[in-house]
Amino acid sequence: MIIGEQKPLDEIIAMVEKEGGGRILVAGCRSCVAVCLAGGEEEVEQLASSLREHSDDRSLGWELRTVTLQRQCERSFDEAISELVDWSDALVSLGCGVGAQVLSEVYPRRVILPAIDTSSMGAPEGGGKWKERCSGCGDCTIHLSGGICPIARCSKMLQNGPCGGSQEGKCETSPERDCAWQLIYDHLRAKDRLDLLEASLPPKDWSRSRDGGPRTVVRGRGSGR
Amino acid sequence: MRSDSALERLLADGEFVVTSEIGPPKSADGEDVRRKARLMKGHADAFNVTDNQTAIVRMSSLAASLFCIQEGVEPIMQMTCRDRNRLAMQSEMLGAGALGVKNLLCITGDHQKFGNQPQSRNVFDLDSTQQLMVFKRMRDEGEMWCGDSIKVPPRMFLGAAANPFADPLELGVVRLAKKAVAGADFIQTQAIFDLQRFDEWMGMVRSRGIDKDVHILAGIIPLRSAKAARFMASKVPGMSVPDEVLARMSRASDEKAEGLRICLETIEELRGRPGIDGIHLMPVNWESALPEITERAGLLPRPQARR
Repeated sequence: MIIGEQKPLDEIIAMVEKEGGGRILVAGCRSCVAVCLAGGEEEVEQLASSLREHSDDRSLGWELRTVTLQRQCERSFDEAISELVDWSDALVSLGCGVGAQVLSEVYPRRVILPAIDTSSMGAPEGGGKWKERCSGCGDCTIHLSGGICPIARCSKMLQNGPCGGSQEGKCETSPERDCAWQLIYDHLRAKDRLDLLEASLPPKDWSRSRDGGPRTVVRGRGSGR
Repeated sequence: MRSDSALERLLADGEFVVTSEIGPPKSADGEDVRRKARLMKGHADAFNVTDNQTAIVRMSSLAASLFCIQEGVEPIMQMTCRDRNRLAMQSEMLGAGALGVKNLLCITGDHQKFGNQPQSRNVFDLDSTQQLMVFKRMRDEGEMWCGDSIKVPPRMFLGAAANPFADPLELGVVRLAKKAVAGADFIQTQAIFDLQRFDEWMGMVRSRGIDKDVHILAGIIPLRSAKAARFMASKVPGMSVPDEVLARMSRASDEKAEGLRICLETIEELRGRPGIDGIHLMPVNWESALPEITERAGLLPRPQARR
């Protein structure tokens, strides 16, 4: 799933004020950003109420309405809210970066105010944590590394083993961050497959990642292969 | 010989070599590098010229290497994977070869978070093993990584780093073996204070026969003060400074003298270890200690490389 988190409220308010306030529509999404508690129905209502409070305290006269789409990244769902969009002066998206862009494409004359900072593709860890798992490099090789991706999970994207900064299972960049290569080693040792680590990986073909330009996947044809 | 490097020649002749370090300045002052080179000349066989060490911007390693050459000092140009993609790496290898650099050290590089510009992007197009593969192909096959031929290939003695104190220990040894196959001719290790852990690592290195394929130079940092020792123990990634060493430094009435004693004892210990072909002395913030260490360790005069 896509991981994102809501921007600080004062940043969102500043964007809304710059757009002139007025009638404000807050549009969330029931997919990934709902799972990471950033842009689902509850967060949409909370944000709307915070904006309303800000307006009431200062007598700005903002009007707020809310909607939470099934998937903000699909045009058909976005098209279905045209009446609400027509009503509004300012449109705040609590979708991910993809959802906000598709909303923007569907309503090309509107400025979409992005209220979520989208970070990565990851998974819930429990306890209010979501961790990055995939960088979308377009060339998956996790079968060689114990099902753990060193591109997404090593701070230096190292492909042939840990750097000299890995100590006691942690990355040199933070004691909170696991060393991906320690995880890989532990998994492969448990599977008795440390032999996999003996193979050297040659320079990677990054042309299938974002480095090759924005990618388009066509069913049956793959991405850039 | 793979290069015209004096370091390579000395190692081939079985000399116990000494390398040290010259850090480029945070300025455009070439004289700063020349001064350091003159001060250290004759006290080591070659000098690492660091590359934006700890992710702090300094004069480029290539430019500073050239100043060393002009002072008659042999540089080991460092090149991190953090700051360059494979295009920049290959072009710099060509430029360095043309300017007379004969040793090149391939390293990952500290994460930019440790430096003074943590907002920067990092590159890591290649890791250091892949960097060695590319440079070995350029030197030995006379080809760019893409296969285009090079009319005048660079002749370069290729080095890499290893950290016996990083985890997982066993995987670090596997990575070293990969570097040896990929093209490393010599290895410089992280600074050694923890001999017990070093011996454990070296035992694994020898049992795989890696010491037969690459020259291993043991890393040494002289401790200047108890405070510096504590800093290294707690703040520098990938270091292991045992409590015993910390205690010796804090007990000492003359901390510098004690630091030098520890340094000399470590050198003496390591000289006797099979598979160690030299030392890499890093007198961090204490360049003036190099002459005294090499003198007292009986490592002077440095031998001249045969032509």
